[in-house]
Amino acid sequence: MALIDYANPTRFLGFTERVLPWLIGLTALVFAAGLYLIQGAPDDYQQGATVKIMFLHVPSAWLSMFGWTVMSVAALGTLVWRHPLADVAAKAAAPIGAAFTFLCLVTGSLWGRPMWGTYWVWDARLTSVLVLFLMYLGVIALWHTVEEPSRAGRASAILTLVGAINIPIIKWSVDWWNTLHQPASVVKLGGPAIHPTILVPLMTMAVAFLLLFVTLHIAAMRNEILRRRVRTLMLMRAQAAPGSAS
Amino acid sequence: MIFGMNLGPHTDFIVAAYAVAALVLVSMIGWVVLDHRAQKRQLAKLETQGVTRRSERPVEKLA
Repeated sequence: MALIDYANPTRFLGFTERVLPWLIGLTALVFAAGLYLIQGAPDDYQQGATVKIMFLHVPSAWLSMFGWTVMSVAALGTLVWRHPLADVAAKAAAPIGAAFTFLCLVTGSLWGRPMWGTYWVWDARLTSVLVLFLMYLGVIALWHTVEEPSRAGRASAILTLVGAINIPIIKWSVDWWNTLHQPASVVKLGGPAIHPTILVPLMTMAVAFLLLFVTLHIAAMRNEILRRRVRTLMLMRAQAAPGSAS
Repeated sequence: MIFGMNLGPHTDFIVAAYAVAALVLVSMIGWVVLDHRAQKRQLAKLETQGVTRRSERPVEKLA
């Protein structure tokens, strides 16, 4: 079966029934491995044990940007290709992306207080991530404001594509401006600047977080398809009711 | 000392970070599970009232 066949919501629901149990099992397994590796990871020579917060903060930060990227691709699917599942994918990704961005901000603050001496500074990296969080809330609010799903989908797609400009700003803010936030130490030219004893648990947790994102996203897409079916049936019932305009 | 780990002078910050992460992740999982149940319940309710999608209706014989 080609990927395009999953454009049919009914086929996609069948696909979710088959794939979700495997994804849930795999996610739990990788999370268990990640937590086991964290437990055995050494303290950092500068950060001490607070490096353990990085095992949550870094994957959350990556997924906060990944979530918006998924929404941007889905927005193109809505506006350019009019793919029937594109706005479903975008709507389902927004709350998950917002949750990971919130987690990124909170864990960053909890790491910043002992390491920098402050929970928050208005530097380019922190501010651009806060803007991302507010944009997620804006898109979620827009979805709830416009009742008709296809109209809400188009409006949200435009807002998402405009907001996508923030993703490269977040990524390169530490290079473009003088920030308190340190520059990239994993994804950078010349390879990671982290010792394998910390890098391996970090990457394991990143894979676990990514699997969780994918699992939740597919499950939330399934819920959204069901929600739209409920809406359609309720409209049909209302139209069939005696005294309706139709 | 937590789970055999000595977290040093910043234990509170580390434990708080993991507690918030657990809360956020469990809340997301709970939201998806409860939403799925709610939608399935709504669909079942509508079907018992005889409201079904065209594709799920029995094929009607042409007169």
